[in-house]
Amino acid sequence: MEFKDYYATLGVERTATQDEIKRAYRKLARKFHPDVSKERDAEARFKEVGEAYKALSDPERRAAYDDIGRRYHRGQDFQPPPGWEGGFEFSGRDFGPGEAAEFSDFFRSLFGRQASGAHASMHAPGGDHHAKVVIDLEDAYRGARRTISLRVPVVDAQGRLTLQERQLDVNIPKGVREGQHLRLAGQGGPGDGSGPAGDLYLEIAFQPHPRFRVDGRDVYIDLPITPWEAALGATVTAPTPDGDVQLSIPPGSSSGRRLRLKGKGLPSNPPGDMYAVLVITVPPADTPAAKDAYAALARTYPGFNPRSALEA
Amino acid sequence: MADPYPSVVVDGIVVEDEIRFTLADLCRACGAARAQVVVLVEEGVLEPAGSGPEEWVFSGPSLRRARLALRLSGDLDLGVAGTALVLDLLDEIETLRARLRRAGIR
Repeated sequence: MEFKDYYATLGVERTATQDEIKRAYRKLARKFHPDVSKERDAEARFKEVGEAYKALSDPERRAAYDDIGRRYHRGQDFQPPPGWEGGFEFSGRDFGPGEAAEFSDFFRSLFGRQASGAHASMHAPGGDHHAKVVIDLEDAYRGARRTISLRVPVVDAQGRLTLQERQLDVNIPKGVREGQHLRLAGQGGPGDGSGPAGDLYLEIAFQPHPRFRVDGRDVYIDLPITPWEAALGATVTAPTPDGDVQLSIPPGSSSGRRLRLKGKGLPSNPPGDMYAVLVITVPPADTPAAKDAYAALARTYPGFNPRSALEA
Repeated sequence: MADPYPSVVVDGIVVEDEIRFTLADLCRACGAARAQVVVLVEEGVLEPAGSGPEEWVFSGPSLRRARLALRLSGDLDLGVAGTALVLDLLDEIETLRARLRRAGIR
């Protein structure tokens, strides 16, 4: 596995004081916090920064890391020295197995041993877990079955933290919206003794769609039309996530007009609506006949001034 | 070693539409201590129905809001009033972004 330079991640010197490390972390945490940041890769960066801070903010962990760090540099292949697990005694227990699952293999190989939290009771219910699942808009219209892979932290007999891959087939109900959560009863952390298992919560995210925009239950599409369809009215074929529909364009429509397809948004009770936003698309004047047609149009409307409202 | 999790098909229930939480449920779902959720109610971040902590009933969308508040306060070391302000501002940003999305501006 790769050696991680936690000082470089936080942008501080190896000699930085604990206060300097804290300040650097806070600044980066605000910048990359996935709930507030618009940076690309905010979530990945935030995890890296959090892991670096977890390692360096605790004096014991920092001392252990510095000891290893004298022999490695960033990106170098790292092998934990034999007997490493017994090499340091850590007193802190400030992160649980769930949190440690977010950290890198490198972090876990260094500090994973202490992450086995003490259990409060022999019959405690298991913890509730959270994960995210990305679905297509079409899945939300029709319902879908998705296989999701979860990495579950497991503490083995030696007290080491390992990750186990676990697959789950989930029925995603029709009409689910972006940002909603599904509860899967009994699929969270196993309970201790006779304690019941916790629940698993799945946050729903939509894959960005090349055509459709989603706003809650409502779905939007830009629908290109010709100038004569806009002027004269027409019936055109418009796609929806649930298949094509026939849509009447009223005569005299202008660009930006929104036509509502009632009940064609995300299915629910009541269902959302779909909106087609008209975009008038002008054909090119690239042949003599096309130029003549535009010239004829101009002769037909000698008084037409689309900028009249702009004139003083 | 036997697979502790045999492959099964499970049905998801939509939390926001179909679930209400007691204080204990919400604490468990968020992995939070009771006191952490109580201060969020006192600050008006969460608005359960019912008169006292034992009678409180939280709506489904409270889950997302509570988790967001707990993440922000924990990760950025914000006080509860600061957290409440950030949540209000995030709501406002989301409203504005939704307007941009409807207008086709990404």
